[in-house]
Amino acid sequence: MKSRGIILAICIIAVLSIAGSVFIVDETEQIIITQFGKVVGSPIKEPGLYMKIPLIQEINYFPKNLMRWDGNPGQIPTLDKTYIWVDTFARWKIVDPVKFFQTVNNTVSAVARLDDIIDPAVRNFITSYSLIETVRKSARELDTFEAGMMEDKKYEMQSLFAIKTGRELIMKGILEQAQPKLAQFGIELVDVKIKRINYVSEVRDSVYTRMIAERKQIAEKFRSEGHGEAKKITGEKERDLKRITSEAYRKAQEIQGKADAEATKIYAKAFGSDPGFYSFIKTLEVYNESLGKDTSIILSTDSELFKYLKGY
Amino acid sequence: MSWDWDKLKEQQQGKKGVPPQMENFIKNFPKFNLPGLPLIILILFLVYLGSSVIYTVGVDEVGIIQRFGKYIRTSQPGLNFKLPGIIEKVTKVKVRRVYKKEFGFRSVRADDKQRLSSESESDSVALMLTGDLNVALVPWIVQYRINDPYNYLFKIKEVDSLLSDMSEAAMRLVIGDRSINEVISKRGEVAEEAKAVLQAELDKSESGLSIVTIEMEKTNVPEPVQQSFNEVNQAVQEKEKLIYQAREAYNKAIPEAMGEAERTIRVAEGYALDRVNRSKGDAARFVALYQEYAKAKDITKKRMYLEMLKDIMPKLGNKYIIDANQKNVLPLLNLEKQIGAIKNEK
Repeated sequence: MKSRGIILAICIIAVLSIAGSVFIVDETEQIIITQFGKVVGSPIKEPGLYMKIPLIQEINYFPKNLMRWDGNPGQIPTLDKTYIWVDTFARWKIVDPVKFFQTVNNTVSAVARLDDIIDPAVRNFITSYSLIETVRKSARELDTFEAGMMEDKKYEMQSLFAIKTGRELIMKGILEQAQPKLAQFGIELVDVKIKRINYVSEVRDSVYTRMIAERKQIAEKFRSEGHGEAKKITGEKERDLKRITSEAYRKAQEIQGKADAEATKIYAKAFGSDPGFYSFIKTLEVYNESLGKDTSIILSTDSELFKYLKGY
Repeated sequence: MSWDWDKLKEQQQGKKGVPPQMENFIKNFPKFNLPGLPLIILILFLVYLGSSVIYTVGVDEVGIIQRFGKYIRTSQPGLNFKLPGIIEKVTKVKVRRVYKKEFGFRSVRADDKQRLSSESESDSVALMLTGDLNVALVPWIVQYRINDPYNYLFKIKEVDSLLSDMSEAAMRLVIGDRSINEVISKRGEVAEEAKAVLQAELDKSESGLSIVTIEMEKTNVPEPVQQSFNEVNQAVQEKEKLIYQAREAYNKAIPEAMGEAERTIRVAEGYALDRVNRSKGDAARFVALYQEYAKAKDITKKRMYLEMLKDIMPKLGNKYIIDANQKNVLPLLNLEKQIGAIKNEK
């Protein structure tokens, strides 16, 4: 009975010690073993089954995968003194768990360090660039309705397209500024990105007013263009009408002139053979046509017709 | 229940020294030795073993097997086996399912409230700054698949929020490089570019996600500005209307004028034909007449003259015949009633 109890006790202790000395490291984890608070051996980054001395050694788990840092959104003035709302996020991971363990100990305090380092870096960069630099990423020319605007306006637009840095480079700059400061904590900052940039609400209202004014002016331009275009077409219509009518007149006159000329030629040729005779018959025709019952005629007996009336 | 308690108290009072449970245990131990009980235990154990050894993987998923935490293999749909208990662990990942995530919708807003910032989330998801520093409302949908379950499970802690953050950042990057006009009119182009940017970022961070498509919902401008945007559209319509009206007037007038011109020319041509033909006819008649006249000039001339007189004399009104010696003939005549008179010199 007593030996049975001892065996049972030994078994229990064995199971307990095995359970206490064997541990699993997951794919997403890395661990360091500490012995009375002191780091023992190198950190284990490969997943699998591992052993330790029970009770004496302690395991500290750290995530190995990529973690998220969400920035505190805040109002930041840009170089051109516009207040904007900037929300950033970052990805980070623990690359040196020993350093991480010694300096920040856990992820909660690590996030606080990230806050302390990334937020000011973001602030530095946003304040030292104009708004357009943080919004645009390239100097690509935009399709606005501004084509055909006045020269000074055009110049203003050109300065809008003159992007020297752009958002991508600013984000890279923030990363490069923050990264060295985080190396001492065993943290690698993978990227810092601007999630949102918006106008603060007071600015937004004035932006809306500006947008409305801009649209109104564009609408007016379209209307005016419409009128102009219509006038142009009306002008074309008038011109074409005149052209068509005058061309027709010219052609008609030419044709008639030619015909007149030909007729004249024909008459001249025919009548030229005896102008006296032509004059004679034409005159007779005139008499025939023009003398009628309204005509009084006084004839002398000397005339050819009445010479016989006077007597022989 | 009180009944149980009373019974327990009685037992405790009755027998002291030995713990009651132990005593009960020892006392009742032989009773457990019923023939059926070990069998039940065995069956239960086998069921447990079976359930932890055999598992099914659905048609749209794969199983990721970890042995003591370490990734070992991927199992395909169907019935599969693994080592029992804590030795091997299976995680099923739906690789063929297409997931959907909405941005800037009402449905998303409720979920988003958890990540509360001091600005209202409802606006700020879809509100974006455009490249010409205007504000646009851009809602969109991301459809994605898990194409690498290993990366999906192990490489990133919060894949879902990575997708949200990255997709917002990508969309804003793309919108930030476009004017408000382009944002509204070239949505396909925006979706295309955002997809490329987002996919590149997801690949870079080994998320194991693959974007199927990005669909743009109705992009718009913020409410206070919408009316003025409509005004621009109306102005565009109005412009076109005016142009069409002018064209209409043009089209109405010009073909008619061309027809009219054509008519003028035809009339002229008609005149020309008439003139030439008449002249030819006149000439022919004259020539014919002249040929005969030339043969007997005097008599023909006389005949023609007399024939003319014969024709016109009857038509004439008053006829006065005056002797050749009579002078001063005018007082005799009451000429004022006459319209005209012709003196024949011949």
